[in-house]
Amino acid sequence: MTVTLFIPCFVDSLYPGVGISMVRILERLGHRVVCPEEIACCGQPAFNSGYWPEAREVAAPVLRRLQDAEVVVIASGSCGAMLKVFYPQLFAETPQAEAAKALSPKVWEFSSFLADKLGVTDLGARFPAKVTFHDGCHGLRELGIKTAPRRLLEKVQGLELVEMADAETCCGFGGTFSAKFPMISTAMGEVKCAGAAETGADYIVSNDSSCLMHVQGLLSRQGSPIKTIHLAEILAQR
Amino acid sequence: MTTHVQEFLAQARVVTRDLRHRGLIQTALRKYETARDRKKAAFNDWQSARQAAAETKWDAINHLDTYLAEFADKMEARGTRVHWAGNAAEAREIILGIIKSKGARSIIKSKAMTAEEIHLNDAMEKAGYEVVESDLGEFIVQLRHEPPYHIVFPAMHLTRDDINELFQKELGSASTREPEELTMIARRALRRKYITADVGITGANFAIAETGMISITENEGNARLTAALPKTMITLVGIEKVLPKLEDLALFLPMLATAGAGQTITGYNTMYGGPRQPGECDGPEEYHVVLLDNRRTELLADPEQRDALHCIRCGACLNVCPIFKNVGGHTYGTTYSGPVGSVITPHLRGLQDWKHLSGSSSLCGACTEACPVKIDLHHHLLRNRRNAAVGEPSFFERLAYRLFAFVINRPGLYRFAKEAGRLTEPLQKLIRDTPLDPARAWTGTRDLPPMPEQSFKEWWEERR
Repeated sequence: MTVTLFIPCFVDSLYPGVGISMVRILERLGHRVVCPEEIACCGQPAFNSGYWPEAREVAAPVLRRLQDAEVVVIASGSCGAMLKVFYPQLFAETPQAEAAKALSPKVWEFSSFLADKLGVTDLGARFPAKVTFHDGCHGLRELGIKTAPRRLLEKVQGLELVEMADAETCCGFGGTFSAKFPMISTAMGEVKCAGAAETGADYIVSNDSSCLMHVQGLLSRQGSPIKTIHLAEILAQR
Repeated sequence: MTTHVQEFLAQARVVTRDLRHRGLIQTALRKYETARDRKKAAFNDWQSARQAAAETKWDAINHLDTYLAEFADKMEARGTRVHWAGNAAEAREIILGIIKSKGARSIIKSKAMTAEEIHLNDAMEKAGYEVVESDLGEFIVQLRHEPPYHIVFPAMHLTRDDINELFQKELGSASTREPEELTMIARRALRRKYITADVGITGANFAIAETGMISITENEGNARLTAALPKTMITLVGIEKVLPKLEDLALFLPMLATAGAGQTITGYNTMYGGPRQPGECDGPEEYHVVLLDNRRTELLADPEQRDALHCIRCGACLNVCPIFKNVGGHTYGTTYSGPVGSVITPHLRGLQDWKHLSGSSSLCGACTEACPVKIDLHHHLLRNRRNAAVGEPSFFERLAYRLFAFVINRPGLYRFAKEAGRLTEPLQKLIRDTPLDPARAWTGTRDLPPMPEQSFKEWWEERR
């Protein structure tokens, strides 16, 4: 299968390891990976802030460049939800409405692509650590992804998965919300970090780097020993 | 003059720093969640129940004109006076008019968020009447001269010590930490008021069109006394509270109890069909029902967000909302707080003045998942944001998104921006969390991730 990777802007610029891990995993599974150079952002920041014409300026080229893709795989539940769920709304009653509807079923969040579309859960990964999984809200509630990342983690050798209290509670990132209402975003993050700390986990794992950027930012500032890591980076470990 | 958004931000700053306050709310709501999950499990299929409830409300709201007329006709047929209040001022005027015509002095009131919405107590007190809240939680916040903290749990932000202190000061009671004793103190103070009150005012949980009845559900029996003892009864009800049929209550009463308070069914469930009928020995001599619009019809006119009128005010969305759990109920500065408040307040009180409530959400969707009548809450927040930006766009924000689009759509420029980020990283570290730091909103509490040597796209290019 030819897999078109969508590497979101912050993954590209801040967490290249996540994208690299995805490429390695998909290639190991025998798929051809393509990654169009021009695609950089899904347009969610403008969309979530209410600036839909500005969001369409970013999203329209994405839509055009992805229209011939066989499948589109994204390292983020949030950007995945943007393409899969929100593009049809963003482009409703525009000339691209049909294209947005046609793209939606081809879009997969990475963990769900592996576990649900390909039916692969054992990637031969090894990661000897105690981890807890944070459900990113968009992946969980917009895309309905709950078990796929856990099924994948269960097959990782040496890994112990412990559930934290309120795993499904938002970490407080919320895109521009984190900068517009930093005190609320931070308070929510503190609750999340406390829940993770109670489990005694070494790592907080998620399928969304944006949540992890926020949580890691808080953990580092607090001097906490807990680290964060994207699911793809664990699955690529040998 | 401070604006609503400034007040919201200032209050959010206070509460998010108050670990005791946040701990109190979060502990209480954790207990609620456990109880709610247990009661949800008693439903054969909670999701089907939600679907059925949503469809019933959809029917009620989309045929509001016929159901309201049916409700009013049936009520009037048994001697109830039905009043139609277009806005808050009209509702206050109607109610004050009734009170005045009865020559009343003292008024007893059971819990009604609609009364909060129209600031009824204020108006009655200014007109010289004594008003006493009979719901224990409402009684407590009234003594504190505070609005209710939560739609269902008005005094959830207070500990028994806070209440003890308050009762000692305001009621002169003896000190106690026992919840039962504290309740008895309030009960003794309230019983006298029921007997002397001339008018009883209630809210309503549902208005049944088929039979012309008001359904009130409560745990303390105070609404029954409020309705039964005074000679005149007034019910203030939002027009969206209509249910088509009596049998709809078979679903809605347990659902409200489960979603709202983690109960199988609320303690007291009463139907009010009108004033005392000939041959009956109790009940009010006169019954007035005031139907309140107050811009609900504007929400009705918006097909995208009309389902926000499905709301049965159970508070489930507040209880699961991580924003509510960290800023508390009073921070919102609105009658209806939490997710549903953030959705409807911009409609009821002005989009531009209250759009910050729709903005102050991470859009996590926990509210939508919890809502028993399936209101698309978190997506409505997005729609409010869009409508606000269309109505009055922020010059700088729009410019920022245009610039972002300009850069991100040009690979060369985007590469340059990343390079610039890498080059200025040491400088960023120097000015971190100072007024010079453009990322201060982030860096005030959070570290920025280190910029990697190579971006993914650079790695990809190099590999090819």
